[in-house]
Amino acid sequence: MGASSGARTMNAPAEGFKARAHDKLNDAKVQRAMRNFNLAGARARGIADLDNFEDIRTAAAAIRDRSLASLDLWLARFEQEATRRGTKVHWAETHADINRIVIEIARQTGVKKIIKSKSMVSEESHLNDALEAEGFKVVETDLGEYIVQLAGEKPSHIIAPAIHKTRDDVADLFAEHHKTPRKSDIGELTMEARKFLREHFLSGEMGISGGNFIIAETGSLLLVTNEGNGRMTTTLPRVHVAITGIEKVLPTLEDASCILRLLTRSATGQSISNYVTVNTGPKQPGDLDGPEEMHVIIVDAGRTKLLGTDMQEALRCIRCGACMNHCPVYQNIGGHAYGWVYPGPIGSVLTPNYIGIENAVDLPNAATLCNQCGVVCPVKIPLPDLMRKLREKQVDRGLRPWQERLGLKLWAWTAQRPGIYAFATKLAARLGRSIGGADRTIHRLPGNGWTEGRDMPAPKGKTFRELYAERKRS
Amino acid sequence: MSARDNIFARIRAARAAAPNVDDAERAVIEGRIALHAVGTRPSMEWALVPRFREQCVRMSSTVDDVGSMADVPRAIARFLTGMNLPMRAVAWPEIARLDWNGTGVVVEGRAARGDDLVGITGVHLAVAETGTLMLLSGPATPAATSLLPETHIAVVPQGRIVKAMEEAWAQTRQERSELPRAVNFVSGPSRTADIEGQLQLGAHGPYRVHVVVVAE
Ligand code: SF4
Repeated sequence: MGASSGARTMNAPAEGFKARAHDKLNDAKVQRAMRNFNLAGARARGIADLDNFEDIRTAAAAIRDRSLASLDLWLARFEQEATRRGTKVHWAETHADINRIVIEIARQTGVKKIIKSKSMVSEESHLNDALEAEGFKVVETDLGEYIVQLAGEKPSHIIAPAIHKTRDDVADLFAEHHKTPRKSDIGELTMEARKFLREHFLSGEMGISGGNFIIAETGSLLLVTNEGNGRMTTTLPRVHVAITGIEKVLPTLEDASCILRLLTRSATGQSISNYVTVNTGPKQPGDLDGPEEMHVIIVDAGRTKLLGTDMQEALRCIRCGACMNHCPVYQNIGGHAYGWVYPGPIGSVLTPNYIGIENAVDLPNAATLCNQCGVVCPVKIPLPDLMRKLREKQVDRGLRPWQERLGLKLWAWTAQRPGIYAFATKLAARLGRSIGGADRTIHRLPGNGWTEGRDMPAPKGKTFRELYAERKRS
Repeated sequence: MSARDNIFARIRAARAAAPNVDDAERAVIEGRIALHAVGTRPSMEWALVPRFREQCVRMSSTVDDVGSMADVPRAIARFLTGMNLPMRAVAWPEIARLDWNGTGVVVEGRAARGDDLVGITGVHLAVAETGTLMLLSGPATPAATSLLPETHIAVVPQGRIVKAMEEAWAQTRQERSELPRAVNFVSGPSRTADIEGQLQLGAHGPYRVHVVVVAE
């Protein structure tokens, strides 16, 4: 019963993106499963009831920038207040540090069974694998996370971890792991998960959560959940450990209130999530419930590398998932193709920055730069700009294939020579028209894998330069 | 150097600040906190109580209205009978102390257990903007009462309804010296859409949230 132990595959490295993307494009089932979710539509309805969405976006970006501009001061203020309220604050420089600290706390408190509500930072460090290797039992309690844990997989979306699974997949998994008659109704499946997970909630000795934000003013941890597993995880077990990144600090409760209006609407279209929980320290004298110990692990693991650079804006991210919900590339290949914890546009920016640009060469190129992500991001992260900058860095460091580097050089050379440029574009347009055929759509370019999963309109008529010249004449 | 020192040193170097924090920097931070600046918000041109009711329903809660606290037990008995729910509940002491005689509902003022089916709480405040209950944990207001049972009933005195979350924080600061262990904002029953994006009520927390608004 429950979670398979040790069966989870290690994250594939972010290299090999092209091969995985290709597989996923051909995997009709994943695409069908993902179309069941319409998070983009939900967001559009959600923001419609704010009459000044753009102004709030600007304010939210400013709040995040204020945190980042004095990050050490806000973190120190958080630490001071949290410590005063009885929370033990830990600092993790690396992913290995996270796992070591959690294992130490688990040993010291003598816990055996650990329940988890969603924590993306713990996915970065493969915490479940590390805990299971030490003999601890770990159960994911977010329904989507629970499903991917049973399947021995990793989340493919930061808000909807099992977005790539169909109800039939879930039915098979539950029948196999719960040893119950197979059910295919979504309501019945949810009820069955509730029953099995309730047992785990009541018997879990340590609860591990993420942290949407930490609040400098009060030394509090703020969690946003819908299922209630976040509340269970932080209320019932005798030890609570929260893991969050250094960038997640907000100055005040008012700042959090402002950002919440955008976070839930951008994620699922909700005006607020069902539960917003603000935890400040362990159980107090006389309390009937709550953990005896509260720990917060604050994680660097690559984040300080972005500070003070042209990548800093990426640290504003509040993990709403809107950029992936609106990304044509993500929507076609799904989250697993990205190979590391964060998929979609924000993943294409964070992954090369966190684990090294040379380990994720394809990711900044896994975008059409259509700027849908930049338009929807609630904290105005210029995602296409950041991806473009990463591409430039790759070219500078000779990390792009020679054909592409040569192509760019040739383009630069011809662009500086108007006569040759005009001739070359004219030739390309004529050639494109002939490949386009009757439906004027190019389904595949010769010798170019890029067009395999994409269609594009064949060029019509004349080039821009030709039209411009005609207009000027008339 | 400890991990903490290393992280702080990297942050300060990245923002070109001197290695050691001086008092002036700290004063700026404290000043910013003391302001408790309310950020840009949508316009809120509605009346508190109707807005609260309407947003509760939007979040899939049900709402009832009564004239006074004395009417609460009978209203809750009516709700439980109407919904065909068990006539037994665990409740915060302030609720258990009401006169339940003759209502047919057995109410126990104790901590909730995993098998309690109905939990009744009061609220610290309620937020009109989003139809949200604000619950503070404490010896007489345990958090699990609104979490473990399948049905959560909350008694909300009208005078405790505030405009938005920012007002809730401001009033809490006035009334209490500091935050309790847990502040829980609850907006409707627990839910999930993790299987095929189909919304299901009652994931891990309550299947239903019923709000009884008390006029005085
Ligand atoms: S980058 Fe923006 S849109 Fe994407 S998850 Fe982060 S906050 Fe949301």
